[in-house]
Amino acid sequence: MMLADFPLFPEQASSFARDVDTFYIFLTVLCGTVSVLIFLVIFYFAIKYRRTPQNEVAQEQEPPKALEIAWIVIPFFIFMGIFVWGAWLYFHLSRVPDDALDIYATGKQWMWKFQHPSGQREINTLHVPVNRPIRVTLASEDVIHSLFFPNFRTKADALPNRYRTMWFKATKTGRYHIFCAEYCGTQHSGMIGWVEVMEAADYQRWMAGGAEGSLASQGEKVFQKYACHTCHTIDATGRGPVLIGVYGSTVTLSDNTTLKADDNYIRESILNPQAKLVKGFQPLMPTFQGQVNEEDLLKLLAYVKSLGAMRLPPGAAPQQPPAASATSTRGTP
Amino acid sequence: MTGATLHDVHFIEPARTRNYLNVDYGVWSWLLTRDHKRIGILYMVSASLLFIIGGFFAIMMRIELLTPEGDLLTSDTYNKFFTMHGIVMIFFFLIPSIPAVLGNFILPIMIGAKDLAFPKLNLLSWYLYMIAAVMGLVIIITGGVDTGWTFYTPFSTQYSNTHVFGTTFAAFIVGFSSILTGLNFMVTVHRMRAPGLSWYRLPLFVWAIYATSVVQLLATPVLAITLVLLMIERGLGVGIFDPALGGDPLLYQHLFWFYSHPAVYIMILPAMGVASEVVAAFTRKKIFGYKFVAFSSLAIAFLGFLVWAHHMFVAGISVYAAMIFAFLSFFVAVPSAIKVFNWTATLYRASVSWNTPMLYILGFIGLFTIGGVTGLFLASLGLDIHVTDTYFIVAHFHYIMVGGAVMAYFAGLHYWWPKITGRMYPEWWARLAALLVFVGFNLTFFPQFLLGYLGMPRRYHAYAPEFQVLNVLSTAGASVLAVGYTLPLIYFIYSLRFGRKAGPNPWGAVGLEWTTSSPPPKENFHETPVVTWDAYDYPAMMKAVGDTQNV
Repeated sequence: MMLADFPLFPEQASSFARDVDTFYIFLTVLCGTVSVLIFLVIFYFAIKYRRTPQNEVAQEQEPPKALEIAWIVIPFFIFMGIFVWGAWLYFHLSRVPDDALDIYATGKQWMWKFQHPSGQREINTLHVPVNRPIRVTLASEDVIHSLFFPNFRTKADALPNRYRTMWFKATKTGRYHIFCAEYCGTQHSGMIGWVEVMEAADYQRWMAGGAEGSLASQGEKVFQKYACHTCHTIDATGRGPVLIGVYGSTVTLSDNTTLKADDNYIRESILNPQAKLVKGFQPLMPTFQGQVNEEDLLKLLAYVKSLGAMRLPPGAAPQQPPAASATSTRGTP
Repeated sequence: MTGATLHDVHFIEPARTRNYLNVDYGVWSWLLTRDHKRIGILYMVSASLLFIIGGFFAIMMRIELLTPEGDLLTSDTYNKFFTMHGIVMIFFFLIPSIPAVLGNFILPIMIGAKDLAFPKLNLLSWYLYMIAAVMGLVIIITGGVDTGWTFYTPFSTQYSNTHVFGTTFAAFIVGFSSILTGLNFMVTVHRMRAPGLSWYRLPLFVWAIYATSVVQLLATPVLAITLVLLMIERGLGVGIFDPALGGDPLLYQHLFWFYSHPAVYIMILPAMGVASEVVAAFTRKKIFGYKFVAFSSLAIAFLGFLVWAHHMFVAGISVYAAMIFAFLSFFVAVPSAIKVFNWTATLYRASVSWNTPMLYILGFIGLFTIGGVTGLFLASLGLDIHVTDTYFIVAHFHYIMVGGAVMAYFAGLHYWWPKITGRMYPEWWARLAALLVFVGFNLTFFPQFLLGYLGMPRRYHAYAPEFQVLNVLSTAGASVLAVGYTLPLIYFIYSLRFGRKAGPNPWGAVGLEWTTSSPPPKENFHETPVVTWDAYDYPAMMKAVGDTQNV
């Protein structure tokens, strides 16, 4: 059998893959060498000092303390070196580049659903452009799943009722596996798909075809369908906070704590509005738990995100109702 | 040296015919026994049966994985098989195997005691184990369970429609068997050592079992609580772990691994203890760095409680939490490395016997080393993201659990078999079996490291065609392994009747268990031994032999 037919590594198709493989090879060589040395020493001693009629009894020796200390201290420092390298890689992986393209992924028994900002929806296939960082916002509709791209050397668990992000930058066009890596029931091993990495131009062409408006514009329709706009008005006259500029900003809550308005905060504010009430608003908003499905939630999130990129006219603060109209009739986000 | 050898080193009075096996007859003399030796035998028989059941599931999985398509079993059946393989092997075989079988039999004799501190509690532990085992068997027959042995929520509480409730209840009960056994050993070691047997004279097996008992006592109640919470959520719909009910699935994982990581040490620490005994006996030498080896057991037991979240690096914990748990995980590697180095150094200028127990332990050291260093890969955050939840993990923990714990269990069985039964097993067949187990094991599990790095996820009923070659190799290895495990079953039974009479000390080993007759009398020793020597003190024994000759 040719060695080429017998790969030891999956194809490297992301900016991260080479770093992980280098680290893996380093560890394999280091640990392999140490292990083989130990095996050789064991075999050498076991043969050289095998029991014979002339060697019925061992020769006792006083263990040198220095040796004990050496094989405690030296491995410890080697281990710390390995830790630092591994932690550095992980830290790198946890920092999503600012210019990343957004993709929304939902795990559901037993399929992967992907939504693009331009409005395309796909199941078990994901189209992404090459050489462009991709940020995947990930959630599950039911049990825990794990979105695994072996060729990108990354995976993340998809949790129910919570958004997580992962990112990668594909560096090679082609078709690569998507696996579910966290056991999720009957068809766990069928919860697989393909990621298609395309040239930027091909990706543009693909994006242009067949979407019913961008994800944010679809989100705007959902926003109207659930009548969110009746309270969350675009000026500060509604019962709920104005959403323009909210996403990514710092919000002051009714207990005077502050938080950054991120994906999970937006999600929670839709599903369980009373959990974190914006300062100055009344708990009027009904809960949407169980009423908005994951895909619509992601559309809403995309819409709120798109509002977040807008700027209010100077002087207006979206989280605070204007003093003149601050009455008890205000709702919450 | 004159004609005497180390085999003559024992301190028994003229052979007596009464031993623990023939002192009483009849089923009730076994089922109501309070003799730690008989309870050890009860555990041996029941754990062996469960090992066979767990092994059956493994074989079926390996046959299914011969082809990429899921063609032998349905997906649901496959999922149930890997779940029940895990549950049976972990809760009903690995956790009780060395402590409850070998520890039960040999630990009181090793410290010169007549029995464990609480003989009735010991019997109760076995009954709890059996109640849970019977529940498990009923569940298997009536449809099984498909959650994975980890029972992750919300799958286990809201989505699985198999016997989750009964299975977790069985695991809950068997946990108490484990807690009570640990408690019993702990008190026994504190209170019942023979006169003169100070802590630093204890055999390292006793240190290891003691460390294990600490973990059993402190970690298992957390599992019990976790499983009760799980049953409450599943049965009553109270939101604890399910986010749809306001719970948090990561809370479940934290609680589960707070027990289940230390549980790894419940399985491997006793194996390390057996390794120390066998290395000393088959090199006729004091273990190099006795105190380092003894305290490394306690260090592992302690550090084992601080690393649980390294099972959750991709599950959604914060970057900084992940860093802290990774950092601590490297700490726990140090005492394990200390043990490997000390066992190796013990071989230097030793008198190394190549008998079966030593073959198993040499294999154990090698496989445990591979299992240990691949643990470094997994503790390394950036790399764990790629390999976690793949076959790399499966290979890693089988190197520790099977290459480590099961190899050591077999080493211990062969080492103490003459003491337990009074008969020798057939050495040639036993060496062959040890070789088959070693080769079969590596052929089964080494390809799985490669599969894992290539990206094959674990718990996959069907897989991508490019993974087939390595899977076929793995299945081929599993069949060799199956033969290797079947042989001892046959020749051990054969030896009960046809084996050569062992005599009190067939290995020429030191240690109190080799000073009494084989099989030992019901009360272990006819007179309470007084210990005036250190563990593995071969020079003192040689001197004793010399003195006998001069008389």
